[in-house]
Amino acid sequence: MDAMPEPYKADEEQLLYAKVLATGMYIGLAVLFVTFFLYAMGVVEPAVPVDQLSQYWDGTKGDPGKKEGVVRYLDAMNKDFLHMDHAPIGWAWLGMLDRGDYLNFLGIAILSAITILCFLAIVPVMLRKKDLLFMVMALLEAAVLALAASGILAVGH
Amino acid sequence: MTCVFRRYTPYLVLSLLLILVFPVVAPGQDHSDASTPAAVAGPEPVNPAGEANGNEVKWWVWPLVLFVVTFVMGVVAVLGGVGGGVLFVPIISGFFPFHLDFVRGCGLLVALSGALAAGPGLLRMNLASLRMAVPVALIASSCAIVGAMIGLALPTNVVQTSLGATILGIVVLMFLAKKSVLPEVPKADKLSTALRIYGVYTEQSTGEQIDWKIHRTLIGLLLFIVIGIMAGMFGLGAGWANVPALNLVMGAPLKVSVATSKFLLSITDTSAAWIYMNKGCVIPMMVVPSLVGIMLGSFIGVRILKVAKPTFVRWVVIVLLLFSGAKALTKGLDLPFIV
Repeated sequence: MDAMPEPYKADEEQLLYAKVLATGMYIGLAVLFVTFFLYAMGVVEPAVPVDQLSQYWDGTKGDPGKKEGVVRYLDAMNKDFLHMDHAPIGWAWLGMLDRGDYLNFLGIAILSAITILCFLAIVPVMLRKKDLLFMVMALLEAAVLALAASGILAVGH
Repeated sequence: MTCVFRRYTPYLVLSLLLILVFPVVAPGQDHSDASTPAAVAGPEPVNPAGEANGNEVKWWVWPLVLFVVTFVMGVVAVLGGVGGGVLFVPIISGFFPFHLDFVRGCGLLVALSGALAAGPGLLRMNLASLRMAVPVALIASSCAIVGAMIGLALPTNVVQTSLGATILGIVVLMFLAKKSVLPEVPKADKLSTALRIYGVYTEQSTGEQIDWKIHRTLIGLLLFIVIGIMAGMFGLGAGWANVPALNLVMGAPLKVSVATSKFLLSITDTSAAWIYMNKGCVIPMMVVPSLVGIMLGSFIGVRILKVAKPTFVRWVVIVLLLFSGAKALTKGLDLPFIV
């Protein structure tokens, strides 16, 4: 008697990619939910008080000489609350994890960084299979994502 | 009669929700219109309680409304066969008081989270193809970075106008684009053979194993240059463009195209999201409620999918996009709108 055909199995690297992706996603979401709870409940004090945030998120408050939107927002926020030499961009949030709002960037960064880890994880598999073209593409993709994440492209407004 | 009423109740409830939610959020649109004298004159006077005059909404109202709206979007997106991003950016930017910079950053993260949630399952089922996704993603994600940088450099009204035109273009595409369940691909081309882009998947409904291959690979890859730029520039998920490109141009089966497109977003949107994040365009009070709303809504939408009529919901999506596309266009051109 013939059995029903098994669902066609994905390649080893595809299954490994899926495993790393799923694990990273759960970790990222868990961190995000915890940090947001701490922020919204006021357990960790934010840099910008939650009841004043709505005055800034339309990007019009602040110096009219600055471009409306995120530029003016960062400038106004810095002048009114942060009082830093420069408005925080790039990875500056890493030094501000004691503020409730910036603490949330931890979970967001994890969710955004998972795919880089996924591509790096499959490189040894492709090397073992001698699938060098695919391995190079995976490394290139990891490099593109790492460049985007680095903040190098975010300098200057 | 009772059967008919019961059958259409979910759609009536859905339509009612949409009708009720939008008038609630519509008054917020004036806050983001920088051309009004109030916005240009400078900071509004602040009362001792820390709230600006005329802006007495409690701080948690907007995140809560955002959560509800994105929840509905999540349900509608699954039923209508579109991604969350293509609904999120035009609707939120048109009817909420958030600046377009933050809406785009948030939209990318919302689309990304949906892709992260769906990706592992689609890869394990071998519906999404990593081999097809990687070369496509390499092009799309690089161009999404470029698109994000262009989008953040351009004046807001230019981006808003372009966004409106693009959304209306997507509506046309949704009307005209056909879908091919199993495209006719006589022979794999040399490029796809060299990249080993082919595969087998199991059609769950019949147990049949389907071999697939693609053609017109170079044209398809070149299309993803444009798709990547637009995804980065507007903060849209690009699923609306990925599926036709993979299915109609490159000839991948529809299920493989849809699944690979969804998975592809986890790569393309990541690159653009980092640019927006590093530029400061991410506000956690917007991102987390939206993310949770869309994910929960998608979860419910998948449950409803078995009993819902996708065609009806697809029409709801088209009307929503038409409305929000026109809103974005008129907002960018500083023209009056009907609401």
